[in-house]
Amino acid sequence: MSFISLLWVLLLGSLLGLELIGKVPPTLHTPLMSGANAISGITMLAALTLIVKAEGNVPLLIIGSVSLGFALFNVVGGFFVTDRMLAMFSRKPSNKK
Amino acid sequence: MNLPVIIKFVIDLLAVLLLALGIKGLSKVKSARDANRLAAFAMSLSVVGLLSYYLGTSGIAIQSWIWIIIGSIIGSLFGAILAKKVPMTSMPETVALFNGCGGMSSLLVALGVAIFPMSGGQENFDFFKSLINEVSISVSIFVGAITFTGSIVAMAKLQGWLSTPGWTQSKVRHFVNIVFAVASLIAFFDLINGNTSSIWLLVLVSSLLGIGVTLPIGGADMPVVISLLNSYSGIAAAAAGFVVDSQLLIVAGAMVGAAGLILTQVMCKGMNRSLVSVLFGGSLSAQSTASSSSGEYTNITSCSVEECALTLEAANKVIIVPGYGLAVAQAQHTLREVTKKLEQNGIEVVYAIHPVAGRMPGHMNVLLAEADVPYEQLKEMDVINPDFPATDVVLVLGANDVVNPQAKNDSSSPLYGMPVLDVQEARTVFVIKRGMSAGYSGIKNDLFDLPNTSMVFGDAKKVLNDLIGELKDLGVGEK
Repeated sequence: MSFISLLWVLLLGSLLGLELIGKVPPTLHTPLMSGANAISGITMLAALTLIVKAEGNVPLLIIGSVSLGFALFNVVGGFFVTDRMLAMFSRKPSNKK
Repeated sequence: MNLPVIIKFVIDLLAVLLLALGIKGLSKVKSARDANRLAAFAMSLSVVGLLSYYLGTSGIAIQSWIWIIIGSIIGSLFGAILAKKVPMTSMPETVALFNGCGGMSSLLVALGVAIFPMSGGQENFDFFKSLINEVSISVSIFVGAITFTGSIVAMAKLQGWLSTPGWTQSKVRHFVNIVFAVASLIAFFDLINGNTSSIWLLVLVSSLLGIGVTLPIGGADMPVVISLLNSYSGIAAAAAGFVVDSQLLIVAGAMVGAAGLILTQVMCKGMNRSLVSVLFGGSLSAQSTASSSSGEYTNITSCSVEECALTLEAANKVIIVPGYGLAVAQAQHTLREVTKKLEQNGIEVVYAIHPVAGRMPGHMNVLLAEADVPYEQLKEMDVINPDFPATDVVLVLGANDVVNPQAKNDSSSPLYGMPVLDVQEARTVFVIKRGMSAGYSGIKNDLFDLPNTSMVFGDAKKVLNDLIGELKDLGVGEK
């Protein structure tokens, strides 16, 4: 993939991100931040690539593995914690009526 | 194009679409929980896509599998355990910690690629050959390091492990940070010139810059900083995407980066602060200690829990103003007990939620939801403010600056212009508070001096427990 097309991807991705969040109720600031934070752990894909391409280079394998660990800590923890927060909101309506 | 490439292309496209829908859904109450799961699904999908692509093309060595499994299990396990165990009151620092680790991950990937240029596969993995790679590695390290150290400092400050050192409030800090920033630039250009060893200098000074920028920022502004650092970790991920040539990483990183910026902006608005003043202004308390508004209280009325209970019993409409103190005392469940009793007696109870109540925007909503408070009873500031004049009793629980009338009346006050709850309009205001200490801003609260305000001193949880007892004696809620 050429650099120019990657730049296009970056530009369009940023525009998409700006458009996605229009009006957020304050209630959701914390969960939204935490959910978006989990998505930023997508670097786990880069860590995976590093490990697969390491071709037996042990220091590189270790760096990749540690990096993968950090990323997954971010991803798994982030999604779980967001779900915990949101579970508290969605429980309400069913209780109420 | 062979089959694995096509499959990966389709999966990536689908993952991007689902992630975008996930972020969009997270900004609406109704769809938020499903959206979060959708995003989680999209992330797993992207892993499956990447692994199947390598299986179909170059194959994955056994050794690689082992390291993949080790890293995944340890990371996921710790993440899941922490996410399950952490109390809702420490949510802000938890998000900061997760975020810092995301930044660390980008940093390590770039570092790994930089130190060990990988031997070329069929994709020609020649790093450091082109300027672009060097630039993207540098950016990834720079942003990743700032995200990591900044987030860790933010977490430590919120946990109370770190206080704000005095020197960071003086102008010295700008000088120090400029030195770090210039040093980062020098390391950056040195690296691009082909001097690989300066990568360590870049790691060091960008880490220090992250600390130097975050350390002076006061507790009240910390949520904004976390949100901004969250945006940075998206940028770091996008930079890592350039390093390993992954469009999916670039799109997802850019989306999070941009969405994080918008969210940061929204949060700043809610606190009546500009991003510039948050980042460079130092903490609010430092500015205000010298200002004239920190005068003495002249007209404090203190009252017993019993009087408070009697007034509550006679009320028709009660508004609760919960704040940080309530969260610290973990009294949200006890509060719910009190309001249940009042409701059983036919008294209308609602909660007035200031945009920055708690320790983070939206944090109070989460805490009250945890205590089973119906969502419909939580009213936002603009909705509830016109209701105060028709309200009999307002209970202020551990909130301070957000109910300070100075913000409306006194143009010399540092709080002036901040949106506040107009509690003083109500007939009677009870402020439950440990003592006369000032709030986050360190500013005197004019509300406490007003004739219709009574202070009930004590720990929020204890006062509420006593209140339950008194209400019981009065026969409230005994039906």
